[in-house]
Amino acid sequence: MKYTISLLALLLSFAGMAQEVEMADTMRAEGKIYVVVGVILIIFIGLIVYLMRLDKKLSKMENEGQK
Amino acid sequence: MAIQKHWWKAVGVLLVIYSIYAGLMNDVPRLPILNETIRNLFFHVTMWFTMIMMMLVSFITAIMHLSTGKTSLDKLSFVFAEAGMLFSILGLLTGMLWAKYTWGDYFPPDPKLQGTVITMLIYAAYFVLRGSLNKPDQKGRISAIYNIFAFILMIVFIGILPRLTSSLHPGNGGNPGFNQYDMDSSLRAIFYPAVVGWILIGIWISNIRWRMEELKERKIESEEEVLHEIHD
Repeated sequence: MKYTISLLALLLSFAGMAQEVEMADTMRAEGKIYVVVGVILIIFIGLIVYLMRLDKKLSKMENEGQK
Repeated sequence: MAIQKHWWKAVGVLLVIYSIYAGLMNDVPRLPILNETIRNLFFHVTMWFTMIMMMLVSFITAIMHLSTGKTSLDKLSFVFAEAGMLFSILGLLTGMLWAKYTWGDYFPPDPKLQGTVITMLIYAAYFVLRGSLNKPDQKGRISAIYNIFAFILMIVFIGILPRLTSSLHPGNGGNPGFNQYDMDSSLRAIFYPAVVGWILIGIWISNIRWRMEELKERKIESEEEVLHEIHD
């Protein structure tokens, strides 16, 4: 009995500690909308990077053509 | 040099990034039926504004081609119509999804939707017509004339006819504009930057396509020169 109580107390104290520990909780707040924003931004920026590379490649081809 | 040349692309990208962040995170009016989908205003409606702007540039460059005869203007007109088509496809697909969850159908009988589809078919015919012509001179002039015709029909089908009948879309059926009663200033502060951003990205895409077309022509010309030399 004593053991169980002390074990429970230990577990509870762990649970209490877990709540105090600083975690990156912002990403989980407000229904996790930040995560969706992040995903959309990654896709958008990825497409833009692709467009930038395309632009650069084309500039190179244009320079070669002028020689 | 690089910054002076490319800054406007960065402005466009940053404006769209801002609109994605603010468009999803900021508070929006709480309206029945629409619920959170009111946020689609920043993404779906901007596609149409961008499409109309691309078609406007295509129309203006078509007229300029007719008056000057410059082939690069003809190519500009073509690539802007292409970008406009891309944005209209995105606008139609996003609109269909939105319509399903607010009006209950992917394709409700709405004059604006029907007008849009007719417009897209008219522009599809533009690409078919252009592709079927071979002589460069003829190709430019005929497609420019058709482009003027297509743009005017687009204004009639998207801008005028839906306003004369009742429509599910806000701002139609006799109402002067959608911003009068359902856009508050907090929505506008995201919507207009998003429109400008997407237009700049549309110009960027068109610019890449235009340079490709120019390069293609130069390649054909140099190949012809080589052929002439061989004949000589």
